Amino acid sequence: MKSTSPRSSQAIVLTLVVVGLIALALGGYLTPLTRLVINPFVSVQTWIAVRYQTIRDLVTSPSDITRLRERNTELEAEVARLEAQVIELQGQVQEVQVLSALLDFARAHPENEYRAATVIGYDTSPFLKYVIINRGSDDDLRRGMPVVTYQGLVGRVAAVTAGAARVQLITDTASQINVRIQPSQAEAVVNGQVTGDVTLENIPQDASVQPGDLILTSGLGGNYPPNIIIGQITGVRKRDYDLFQTASVQLVVDYSHLEIVLVIINFNPVDITPLIP
Amino acid sequence: MPLLHGTPDLVLLVLVAWAFQERVETAWHWAILGGIFISISSAMPFGIFIAGYLVTTAVARFLRQRAWKLPLIGMLITTILGTLITQGIAILGLSLTGSLLPLLDSFNLVTLPSLVLNMLLAIPIYVLMSDLANWLYPKEIEA
Repeated sequence: MKSTSPRSSQAIVLTLVVVGLIALALGGYLTPLTRLVINPFVSVQTWIAVRYQTIRDLVTSPSDITRLRERNTELEAEVARLEAQVIELQGQVQEVQVLSALLDFARAHPENEYRAATVIGYDTSPFLKYVIINRGSDDDLRRGMPVVTYQGLVGRVAAVTAGAARVQLITDTASQINVRIQPSQAEAVVNGQVTGDVTLENIPQDASVQPGDLILTSGLGGNYPPNIIIGQITGVRKRDYDLFQTASVQLVVDYSHLEIVLVIINFNPVDITPLIP
Repeated sequence: MPLLHGTPDLVLLVLVAWAFQERVETAWHWAILGGIFISISSAMPFGIFIAGYLVTTAVARFLRQRAWKLPLIGMLITTILGTLITQGIAILGLSLTGSLLPLLDSFNLVTLPSLVLNMLLAIPIYVLMSDLANWLYPKEIEA
């Protein structure tokens, strides 16, 4: 019987070991062992790589780092300047938008002659709703002239000095405006409230008034020109035992953020007080 | 700095704090001056603010004599009374001139928030006015 040689035996054993290792590796059984062996090498390699990169950066970095820092400071200053410019331009854009809207409004009502004014102050008393504007009798403003924005009615001039005027807003408690409701054409009165809102009162009981109806000045009483928008009805209160209906109103003008207003200077208010018995 | 529809009355607070200072003798003058300036800038009937500030100054001077050891408490009490007095006179004045204000709404939405704001600012303003008074009228050191 022929015996196998030791070389052949070694080859067979090696082959079996290699095949076994491959099988174990493919089966995933060698992963923990591999990790255990490789991790120290990875750590050492990482440590060496970081030091190498640091030294390389030090050697190869630009020698004019001071100049770069100066340039960086200059650019930061430039960014700050541009940001300030952007804010300023945004303000100018807003102002132009307001002026453009006011111009559109003036073009849409060519029968009126306007004088633009800037709101420079509010009344100090919390009970009163007045604003102060930077135009006065030197600019042909007179007491009683209506004041509007491109959105709608603001109020009327209550007092005038040479260079300024005080405007009573329609939300002031002493303000009463005769209005007409669209589309029903019903006449009513808008009264200012201490809350800064207005209420619509004296609406005839037989008038058909709905939320969403528009409220415009009627021109009755001679204090305001007709057809200036005031707001929209948001709710109606109608009770059988009341003489009139009342309604809540959503105003079209934001009276807490008035900036630029238009005074209608060719409107002469009519004082009908002597005619009232 | 509005709260609901109330606003702080800084002039009132300064006048009250000034009237509470020990060596200050010009409280009445400033009450009249403050009242005139505010009356000029406001649509409120002329004299309403002057009357309110004068009555409040009188209350402050009276309380300063009675509660001189507790100036901060006196300041707070005068702030409460002063706010109620000035706003009460304002409501009365407006009612007499034809602006009928709903009393309950006026109190809840204007007077009470104004009172809260005035109370919040009363102590800081008192401290500021004390420093100003000590600077203008330093204590005399007895030999």
